[in-house]
Amino acid sequence: MLRAFLVESILDSKMGSVEQQPDNLLVNVLQFLRSSTLFNDLLISAQEEAQKTSLRISELKKGVQNGLGSAGWDRKLRNAIYHFLQSQPKSMTNGILGSPEQLKEPLTYVRKAQLAWEKKILKSLNSMCTELTIPLARRRPEREQKDMMVRWTELGVDGPAFMRGSSGICRGIDLSQIRPVYAPKDFLEVVVSLQNPNCNSCGNVGSFDVPWGLIQVPMKVKTLNELRLQYSDMAITQCQTGVDDLSDIPAELFDNERTKLGRKVLSSKHAPISREFSKKGCPVSMRAELWSQILGVELDQVDHLYYEQLKAYVLQHDLLVDNLLYKDVKLTATNDDQYFVFEDFLYQVLLPFSRDTVVLKHFTQNSATPPKSYIRGKLGVEEFAVTYPPNGVIPFHGFAMYVAPMCYLYDDVVQLYFVFRKMYMHFFFRLHSVSSHPQGIVSLSLLFEHLLQAEEPELFYHLKQVGCQPLKIAFKWLMRAFSGFLASDQVLLLWDRVLAYDSLEILPVLAVAIFSFRKTNLMRVTTFNAAEAVLADLFTLQVLPLLQLALFSK
Amino acid sequence: MSRIKFATDFDKSVLLNNFENRGWIQVGAEDDWNFYWAGVHNIRNVFSVDSGFRLQDDQVINHFPNHVELTRKDLMVKNIKRYRKDLEKEGNPLAEKDESGRFAHLDFIPQTFMLPADYNLFVEEFRKNPNTTWIMKPCGKARGIGIFLVNKLSQLKKWSRDGKGNSFTPPTAKETYVISKYIDNPLLIGGKKFDLRLYVLVTSFRPLKVYMYRLGFCRFCTVKYNASLNELDNMFVHLTNVSIQKQGDDYNAIHGGKWTVQNLRLFLESTRGKDVSDKLFDDINWLTVHSLKAVAGVISNDRHCFECYGYDIIIDDNLKPWLIEVNASPSLSATTSSDRIMKYRLISDVVNIVIPPGDIPDVRWNKVPDKENYGHFDLLYDEELANADQAGQDLRAKAGLPNPALRGGIREQRKGSQATWK
Repeated sequence: MLRAFLVESILDSKMGSVEQQPDNLLVNVLQFLRSSTLFNDLLISAQEEAQKTSLRISELKKGVQNGLGSAGWDRKLRNAIYHFLQSQPKSMTNGILGSPEQLKEPLTYVRKAQLAWEKKILKSLNSMCTELTIPLARRRPEREQKDMMVRWTELGVDGPAFMRGSSGICRGIDLSQIRPVYAPKDFLEVVVSLQNPNCNSCGNVGSFDVPWGLIQVPMKVKTLNELRLQYSDMAITQCQTGVDDLSDIPAELFDNERTKLGRKVLSSKHAPISREFSKKGCPVSMRAELWSQILGVELDQVDHLYYEQLKAYVLQHDLLVDNLLYKDVKLTATNDDQYFVFEDFLYQVLLPFSRDTVVLKHFTQNSATPPKSYIRGKLGVEEFAVTYPPNGVIPFHGFAMYVAPMCYLYDDVVQLYFVFRKMYMHFFFRLHSVSSHPQGIVSLSLLFEHLLQAEEPELFYHLKQVGCQPLKIAFKWLMRAFSGFLASDQVLLLWDRVLAYDSLEILPVLAVAIFSFRKTNLMRVTTFNAAEAVLADLFTLQVLPLLQLALFSK
Repeated sequence: MSRIKFATDFDKSVLLNNFENRGWIQVGAEDDWNFYWAGVHNIRNVFSVDSGFRLQDDQVINHFPNHVELTRKDLMVKNIKRYRKDLEKEGNPLAEKDESGRFAHLDFIPQTFMLPADYNLFVEEFRKNPNTTWIMKPCGKARGIGIFLVNKLSQLKKWSRDGKGNSFTPPTAKETYVISKYIDNPLLIGGKKFDLRLYVLVTSFRPLKVYMYRLGFCRFCTVKYNASLNELDNMFVHLTNVSIQKQGDDYNAIHGGKWTVQNLRLFLESTRGKDVSDKLFDDINWLTVHSLKAVAGVISNDRHCFECYGYDIIIDDNLKPWLIEVNASPSLSATTSSDRIMKYRLISDVVNIVIPPGDIPDVRWNKVPDKENYGHFDLLYDEELANADQAGQDLRAKAGLPNPALRGGIREQRKGSQATWK
């Protein structure tokens, strides 16, 4: 009976697209559901329904099904299946088989480039350890753990590695010696140097197939027309939150209806509906809830305990990455007039995040592989290998900015934590690993260059001629998903669309729009620094009109 | 048109750049100026009988002669208390009280006593609630000077012993203190305490014409807020004045601990919902208008004057705003680059509202600027317009039509009056 109920839900939520391989997928989904806590709850609910005195034995099955349906199980299961399918790589749901390695990244040369990059990062991390003579990890003495626990909500003051000595003298790692392992500029070099060995078109000076841009690899990216179709809900003829709900526009025109509809959507608690609704933007007061629904973050007791456990791990061990994260916050959010108030929240998210082994799961889809470290004295012995840091993610300069905008949405650190983790595992990891995935940074960079060339050939040519490749400026925007470059409300409006369309392709579209918008000034520049100055301050930009301009004006 | 001549007591770039960009000519304060941005200390000279000075129709100045009625802590409190009492006597519904005897709609300043004058009253109140913390502020000083916290009567006795070298001289403004209940449940954001600095422009008190600036900001403490008593001595925790915070180790010169009101609104609306944050900002507007109404009767409403006040407001964790004090001469020195831009705009927008567009100052002007000259200001309250509205409503009532402003009692009426602010 349960199986029938589930099959129905799955087929419904997939809307017939699974016809080719329904069985294989069904087995996967059922397995997933059986192993989830939801399954247990479902059984208990079914039991309760069955025990109701109003139920006749002859109609047991129907009665229980109806009961479960009216108790909202329908929706819960649909959401669970939806989120499960979302979390699977596309190739897996399409039933394409391959080695785990190929699932991570099908192209060998891309895989190699990523591997070489990881080695480089690790080497630089190790040399920092040697130079500063600090270990990658060390256990904190009892006293220090207690001290840190007391300071947990105000780590911004003294930092994670700070310790009050017995003589009352304070000692901490000299932060000035800690430097970010890499910055967007370094990573851009890696992306630019990517070459497809099977493609021999580059190098002939004067030939027409030499790309204008920096990205040299042939990958298929969407055309403007395809993007127009994809983002058709953002058309100028359609009212949008973030444009048509501003305070100087009468609420009767759009805002009232939108709010009413939004309330209905929220109460339905169904992820695909929330996603559809968000395509036209999330009203500010509903955003937090809509995002949680879209990402399937619904906190329970276990989640709170899990966060507490991560916190305990942070207290127990001092990791070198803590200093990197600390330094990163100090270099970015602390100096940012929009985010400095959230400094302490950022530590409370980022430090536990580095200890969270659930994050490792995303590496099945990520071309990157979590770095390994060995217990002292056992270098190279596989049994003594550990993932370092435990979540497998080495932060780069600006990493904290992935969290910062969300601090506006969630006052509760635990909620903030889980929403961020989901966002990272679904979207952000793609922005700093070398991959051929259409959502990966390489494809996004290429999409940016293609669109800009197609839409503003004159501008692109001019910038190229004066030695200012547009990607050199836009890359950091893409890599940070524009966080810290736009006003906070605008970043959130942009990320609304990322979530709603389940795609990062909106980022290069916005980058192109910004270049277009500042075209007049950019056409006058003759140096890289001048171009950079024209594009240095984006805080006055309104994201939506720009996106609409880029997508639909021509 | 002849060029406008301006005088100023401040050598501040936000002022000078503004005036010079308009092609104005700088003259001395003793010369024939059209526009004088004066310091509060000089305002007395300008208006004093002895100076023999008479302002002409083409002269405007940035202070009202007796602005201290609003901007000195003790006088403001006195005026607001009197305003409430008067309304109560009239039987005005605004002066309605709740079960605990507090004003339901006009309870927007923390409970305050004058010292030494109200010492006995204070002691009585202190004994009723011995566990509250109080904050002592000298009346005549600004920027956090001379402020300290008190939670034991003995601290106050010690202060009075130390202070009174000669008990026969009556206390001057400099020696009077106000002691106010300390807001010990402030709204914290990111665990940090903050207060609001809002700019309010008044172009006339009778009829009252008020504008609220949209680009106000929150000032954050650099140190984590901790209500425990052993932190009482750490003034960085409690005071958000930039001049105090600047001395702290953690002061950040890039943002100066300042966060825009837009960001505050984004945060509150995202985390607490639209209704709640709308109400907070409505309450702030409400408080501003009534603090001004409270002094409208006593301020000498000179036609040559306008004034841009700095309102300091603390929000508690129930999202209720409390008026802490009003500054007559909010700081125009810029601490950061965005601060400089904001203050430059502030002055520019003030000038556009107080001077008829493209003209020389004229006090006979009706002081109704076009909407497009508001800049980043919003018209908060115009008594003339509100009265016209009210008259319209009375007519409706006489004609037997329902009066939307009276339905549902006082809250509705409140909403009605707010609608006219916009």
